[in-house]
Amino acid sequence: MTDNKLSSTDKDVAVEPVLLSKTQQQVAASLARRHRQEKLFKGVGLGAVIISLTLVAILFVNIFAKGVPAFWQAHITLDIYFDPEVISISEKPVQGADETDNEFRQRFIEWQTEVGMVNFNRLILDGLNKVIPEAQERQYRRDAARIVTSGERYAVRDMVIENPEIIGQTKTVNLLTDANIDVWLKGNIDRSLPDSQQQLSPKVREWVEMLSAQGIIENRFSFALFINPDSRSSPASAGLAGAFVGSLYMMLVVIFLAVPMGVAAAIYLEEFAPKNKFTDLVEVNINNLAAVPSIVFGLLGASVFIGWFKLPMSAPIVGGLVLSLMTLPTVIIATRSTLKAIPPSIRQAALGLGASKMQAVFHHVLPLAIPGILTGAIIGVAQALGETAPLLLIGMKSFVSQIPAGPFEQSTALPVQIYLWQGNELRNFFEARTSAAIIVLLALMLTLNGLAIWLRKKYEKRW
Amino acid sequence: MSNFSLIVLLLALMAIGYQLGMVRSRKVAIVNPQQKMHSRPHHYGMMVGLWAVIPAFFILVLWTLLSPGVINGMVAAQLPAEALAAEGLTADVIMRRISNLATNFGVVAEAAQWELDAAAYMQQLQTSSALLLTGLMAAIAAAGLFFSFKRIQPHLRARHQIERTVKAVLIICSTVAILTTIGIVLSMVGETIKFFSFIPPADFFLGTTWNPRFSTTGVSEGSLTGSQGSFGLLPLLSGTMMIAGIALLVAIPLGLMVAIYLAEYAPANFRATAKPIIEVLAGIPTIVYGFFALVTVGPFLADFGASIGLTIRATSALTAGVVMGIMIVPFISSLSDDIITQVPKALRDASLGLGATKSETIRKVVLPAALPGIVGAVLLAASRAIGETMIVVLAAGNSPTLTANPFEAVSTITVSIVNQLTGDNDFASPQTLVAFALGLTLFVITLLLNIVALVVVRKYREQYE
Repeated sequence: MTDNKLSSTDKDVAVEPVLLSKTQQQVAASLARRHRQEKLFKGVGLGAVIISLTLVAILFVNIFAKGVPAFWQAHITLDIYFDPEVISISEKPVQGADETDNEFRQRFIEWQTEVGMVNFNRLILDGLNKVIPEAQERQYRRDAARIVTSGERYAVRDMVIENPEIIGQTKTVNLLTDANIDVWLKGNIDRSLPDSQQQLSPKVREWVEMLSAQGIIENRFSFALFINPDSRSSPASAGLAGAFVGSLYMMLVVIFLAVPMGVAAAIYLEEFAPKNKFTDLVEVNINNLAAVPSIVFGLLGASVFIGWFKLPMSAPIVGGLVLSLMTLPTVIIATRSTLKAIPPSIRQAALGLGASKMQAVFHHVLPLAIPGILTGAIIGVAQALGETAPLLLIGMKSFVSQIPAGPFEQSTALPVQIYLWQGNELRNFFEARTSAAIIVLLALMLTLNGLAIWLRKKYEKRW
Repeated sequence: MSNFSLIVLLLALMAIGYQLGMVRSRKVAIVNPQQKMHSRPHHYGMMVGLWAVIPAFFILVLWTLLSPGVINGMVAAQLPAEALAAEGLTADVIMRRISNLATNFGVVAEAAQWELDAAAYMQQLQTSSALLLTGLMAAIAAAGLFFSFKRIQPHLRARHQIERTVKAVLIICSTVAILTTIGIVLSMVGETIKFFSFIPPADFFLGTTWNPRFSTTGVSEGSLTGSQGSFGLLPLLSGTMMIAGIALLVAIPLGLMVAIYLAEYAPANFRATAKPIIEVLAGIPTIVYGFFALVTVGPFLADFGASIGLTIRATSALTAGVVMGIMIVPFISSLSDDIITQVPKALRDASLGLGATKSETIRKVVLPAALPGIVGAVLLAASRAIGETMIVVLAAGNSPTLTANPFEAVSTITVSIVNQLTGDNDFASPQTLVAFALGLTLFVITLLLNIVALVVVRKYREQYE
């Protein structure tokens, strides 16, 4: 029996190495394939990361390549003689001693209207005639009128309003040229196209070549982009100031409404709320609200704020309210996770020393949570700053040619301005200008996000 | 006095009340040396300040909400009956004219004598209302200040009062989120029901043509039916789903592989740089993606299609879908990354210990374990893709046709909302109201996706925590 058993064990031992080696052979045979698969899988992963990074790079390079040149614009330098015969206006009013503010303002507005009637185009054309004598000829009048963009006559007017003493003097003035000249000089019009398809007449092209060779027309940094509101009649002077101020008002509303409310709601839910059905409902609600498409908030704004409360259309106050409601969940969620991360021992220590629950939260927990709350708030504000869709529904896509003076005035916002400009028919000028506006918007958002990251890094604490 | 200056005055009063309360509590403490004050001096100060301001503030809010209605009613009651009959205008229009006259805003056409009278009466009522409000607020604020000031005693629990007030404010703030949801649902359901009184729901949900025509506001209801246009949801829904589908086809493989590589393979410093850069994609405003799609990706795809013999329109479902896919890559990758890192290490170790390679471990062990979470992430991404607006407004071509060809221009629910609800918001024509029906549809679809996603994610969490 023992022998038998032994022999059977021997037999097993004798057989098994063969079996094992068979499995090993299988493993060894498949090993190369499996390692190839491993490499392939890892390669695909790395490829996905590289593709994503490339996409980021393409997006930014593309926008920057298009937009950066638009920060410089063709300007023409002219000697303008402020001809007293053309500018025949009464003296600039000075407030008399016996005059009330209102009376003076009335008189000043009348004077401004009088100044507004002056033919400032004449002055610009006279200045132009000095550098292009040909432009005086009758048949070239229309061409000459196309060189300086039409909005610049207001710049000349404002010089007179600012300082009426320049009447009778000659000043060297830098004016924006027409948008088409800017495009042509930047080479964005195919010069081989037939005359009828060029956006400039042959005469204007000839002049522009001449003037830019003389250095009278040159590319300068375009302050107009930053200090002017939008303009339709004079595309070259269209700027972002109106949209920027509109966005600023909306962000103020968000900061003063969504941030305190969101923080308060988060404090209640995290620190005080009893565990019951109502709290559950609020919580589920907030999570869902965070995922509701932004355009739905626009519908809410259109029907509730404008339809029921009769707030004005296109006003930053309505936009601010809509964006506040949209940002609220973001702020609440960020604040709650910050509060959650603060160890209970802090609260227990305060309570143990006799503080009330309210005191423990407001004196001890909240100060520790402030960096995290700020980070969340900044990210929420940045998100609100870039939002476009809801603003279209509350009328903010109408054209506004003035910088809004208050949150109840008509206005647009930066992203909406981008939307409006990309649809402008003067395509080869506004494509670059839109990209420039995008760069401004991205710069603002990246600054905000950078600030948030910096705050988080600086004050991050591991408990 | 304007509401703004009233509020400034109230704040000033609060500061005064605060100071008075503090001073008084210190005096009370000196007068009763044997008794210990319950609260700190600033608690008493704050209490007095709050008592001075809060009741008066409520009066202000109520007054602002109610007084216009009351004044309008009083003016309307004074209007001569024959004037109303003669003009043939609705009471609403007349009241608007009168209030414009009263605020010196001016009206179209000559104002009749009775209108001027009514406007003068309204002005007079508004002046007295403002005076009355100021007086009432002053009285109530003074009373609140005085009584709370008098009540300062050692045993008065001032801190408890303040804490109760603060807690009430916190609770009110946390209900704003619920009010928002209620507002969304109520406003959209209300307008949608109005819309369904023009167009039967079946025509909306099952219609295959979308052609809302021009707005027919102001045309009487009888003639409306003739020029009504068709409001079929299906072309828009198919466009939405096609674009979202393309977006997911781009984003899921890319996002998932990025997540796997960053979570399992990448060295720590590579991960620390690459992850934030990819997440930058999530922070870029959608209008920027729209512009990118319109001027760069669209023409590129069209040229590419032409070079291989396909006709791809520059603004098409494909363009919008691809760019939207790029947009949601970071969304999928960071959510999946979190989920993959949460899978317990023991599972990986067991698999590796049995001789599996790393990729086999990931494919056969980690991913199945993380699958519910990943599905949740994908559903959330899908809901975002469906609700996305600016990319499709700019790059989908806005052509509401029922097509299965992704190279054609399509339209989506969100695009149609933007097209229908712009300019004058007169909520009376089906052309405008349909925006709310579309919005409600969108809201329900995304809500369902979110709920399913949350349930799936929750179920997964229960497994490991």
